[in-house]
Amino acid sequence: MNFLRKSLDNLKKPFGKGQKFEKFAPAINAFDTFLFVPNHTTKKGAHIRDAVDLKRTMVTVIIALLPALIYGIYNTGYQYYIQTAAPFTFLDAFIHGAWKIVPMIIVSYVVGLSIEFGFAVYRGHEVNEGYLVTGLLIPMIMPVDIPLWMVGISTAFAVLVAKEAFGGTGMNILNPALTARAFAFFAYPTYMSGNKVWVSEAGNVDAISGETILGTLAAGGEVNYSMMEMFQGSIPGSIAETSTLFVAVGALILILTGVGSWRIITGGILGAAVMGLLFNLWGANELMSFSWMNHLVVGGFAFGIVFMATDPVSAAQTTKGKWIYGFLVGIFCIMIRVFNPAYPEGVMLAILLMNVFAPTIDHYVVNGNIKKRKKRWAAATQELKTA
Amino acid sequence: MEVIKRIRPHRGANLNIKGKAEKRLENTTSATTFALNPDDFFGTIPKLICKEGAQVEAGTPIFFSKKNPDIKFVSPVSGTITAIERGPKRKIERICISASKTQKSVSHSVQGWEKIDREQLKALLMESGNWPFIHQRPYGIIANPNDTPKAIFVNTVKTNPLSEDLRFVLKDDQKEFQLGIDLLNKLVDQPIFLGTDKVQMGYFQTVEGVQYYTVEGPHPAGNLSLHIQNITPLNMGERVWTVNAEDVANLGRFISTGTFSPQRTIAVSGNAVDNPVYFKTLIGSALAPFLEKAGLNQEYVRIINGDVLTGAQADLSGYLGFYNNLVSVIPEGNNYRMFGWLPFKDNNILSLSNTSFSRLFNRKGFDVDTNLNGEERALVVTGEMEKIFPLEIYPMQLIKACMIEDIEKMEALGIYEVVPEDFGLVEYANTSKLEAQEIIRQGIELMINEVG
Repeated sequence: MNFLRKSLDNLKKPFGKGQKFEKFAPAINAFDTFLFVPNHTTKKGAHIRDAVDLKRTMVTVIIALLPALIYGIYNTGYQYYIQTAAPFTFLDAFIHGAWKIVPMIIVSYVVGLSIEFGFAVYRGHEVNEGYLVTGLLIPMIMPVDIPLWMVGISTAFAVLVAKEAFGGTGMNILNPALTARAFAFFAYPTYMSGNKVWVSEAGNVDAISGETILGTLAAGGEVNYSMMEMFQGSIPGSIAETSTLFVAVGALILILTGVGSWRIITGGILGAAVMGLLFNLWGANELMSFSWMNHLVVGGFAFGIVFMATDPVSAAQTTKGKWIYGFLVGIFCIMIRVFNPAYPEGVMLAILLMNVFAPTIDHYVVNGNIKKRKKRWAAATQELKTA
Repeated sequence: MEVIKRIRPHRGANLNIKGKAEKRLENTTSATTFALNPDDFFGTIPKLICKEGAQVEAGTPIFFSKKNPDIKFVSPVSGTITAIERGPKRKIERICISASKTQKSVSHSVQGWEKIDREQLKALLMESGNWPFIHQRPYGIIANPNDTPKAIFVNTVKTNPLSEDLRFVLKDDQKEFQLGIDLLNKLVDQPIFLGTDKVQMGYFQTVEGVQYYTVEGPHPAGNLSLHIQNITPLNMGERVWTVNAEDVANLGRFISTGTFSPQRTIAVSGNAVDNPVYFKTLIGSALAPFLEKAGLNQEYVRIINGDVLTGAQADLSGYLGFYNNLVSVIPEGNNYRMFGWLPFKDNNILSLSNTSFSRLFNRKGFDVDTNLNGEERALVVTGEMEKIFPLEIYPMQLIKACMIEDIEKMEALGIYEVVPEDFGLVEYANTSKLEAQEIIRQGIELMINEVG
């Protein structure tokens, strides 16, 4: 370890203060701090600090994403092999999935991190860790057969427009990963919806029926999957969103470590359940009469509410606001699903919509506190006058 | 005694750090050098009276406040002013005094002080150097003698890490403490609130002329901002005065003897100290004799005037601050940790976050150091401040308002009800390593300059 540390220090010399490559220090620091937590000590204020930092927080989210990702990789292969009716083993399915998905992850990280590093050097701040999560989320919510260049362009759009244009990590209004998906969704609709995109290589095999459940419902069709299959996730869909089971494992990790807000998740589930139940009572079409419990386990709802809606930057920030925000995400998700057959999955748009309104929610929650204080001031001056 | 309020917040956290001072008063050779540091008096611009080389007695004014020239700051000992250390822009950083063998004190006439009128009493306290013991809220600056506060708060409960036990500190000063309270009652007609522990009140429960409230719960339960907000919340334009517990006794001693009493009982504590114990000394004393007596077990240490969350940095040749009863000594942490960002790694580091098992594994206490445990980042995580912040204030929103210097918003969000120390725990626990106290301090400075 000492040797490594010394060689790193040597390597960093030209990037030091007043040296030739000082400008590029954020780039080399990003790698250095990845290996070692730096030796910085407290200068002002509290002399001791918590062991937690942003890197640890973000890595916790990545760990929470892994179960869903690994299952997603397997499911990609599984969907492919059962549609082609070829015999296969678990490993075959996994390898097929990995062969499809690993390049997407690499593209997303390379494109996104290059832009992040560029901006860090340009603005002279350290590279923030937020992109570690975003970069993994982007491929996880794409259809498997989307061309890699589209992944690259969507990523670039998301990082540039949704994040850096607003000032970088911590300042963005919209969730960058969802922005990437929304960009792809509206720019390349044929690659992002329909019944040929959800199963690997579906375009090349004629007999394939790779419709998502919500797509089938929107078209008025019959659903041939059991609730158990929907819960476990052996259904077609975007790469890592199909398995409610493994998303729930991730949710558990997020909630137990306190990294994800349990209030948003609970609020979202409540909102979706209430809305689903109301539509069940109405029951005018296939989607409306689709059981509210099934609504919770199909499509990207679970993945969205656990990993996207809980993004602390774009979500509501106050405790009360988180409840409201989560609840409304749930309500709008089901509402968009049911009312708008062109967008059979509503969770993406529901979260983006609520991202925009999250500051408004916070504004009113914080205003409650302000009003209380001003009322107290007014009462005090009144007392003074009468006294 | 009748308890008017029980304060027991749920939000907060106690930091269990090794090295709490043993309740034992250790004797040591008294220090020969002393110093006053004008930075201890937040919001005060010092104007020197004495020059370098001047002979002073204990109680001789050394400088006064530019804003209110009547408020004098006096020497704790008699001796010679050896140095006036200045920093950038000739800012006075330290006034060093070397104590002489024989100690003489400036004597004031305190005969019949119960009878003299309020203005004369205030003038006496200001002239004798006792006024700086009285602070005001909002802002946590030295009180303006022309104000009429709506209450005076004295707190005897400390919850900050390694905190001193004020019952022990004041155990022999019952008479002086009561006298100090009597004096404060003379200064104002408004009530004096005395905060005590819920169970162990010591002699505080027999103090007369006060209204009692009790405090229990995790840090920052012992912070005055919380007590004030719970008992008589500060509205715009209102003032509350606060006096530290030992300074109440110092005021009492002054009013009975007529000489300025700079007594300080300090707890030298922290995990870099061999034998953390209490010492009796004077304000501004050199720290070296006490550190030597208590013993340091580390080569590179940080010496802190105050607690590890809010204290001011000193060094081995440094001096005791004006107000603190606690000196914390912890090792410097300028070391690297490989892959230290992995969750659940390095569980020996105290963490309030659930991404570490630290609180599960180290029930006996933690060895802490000054490592930042990361780097400063943009504010991303939300909700973590609120979890440990018991005041009815939105901490992150207030910090952000201070950052953008939006005075109206700062007012509305409650800047009058906080002082920087309230954000000590927030600063400790913050994922983004935000310098919360400094931001709030600058916000308060802005308020003082713009609103007053």
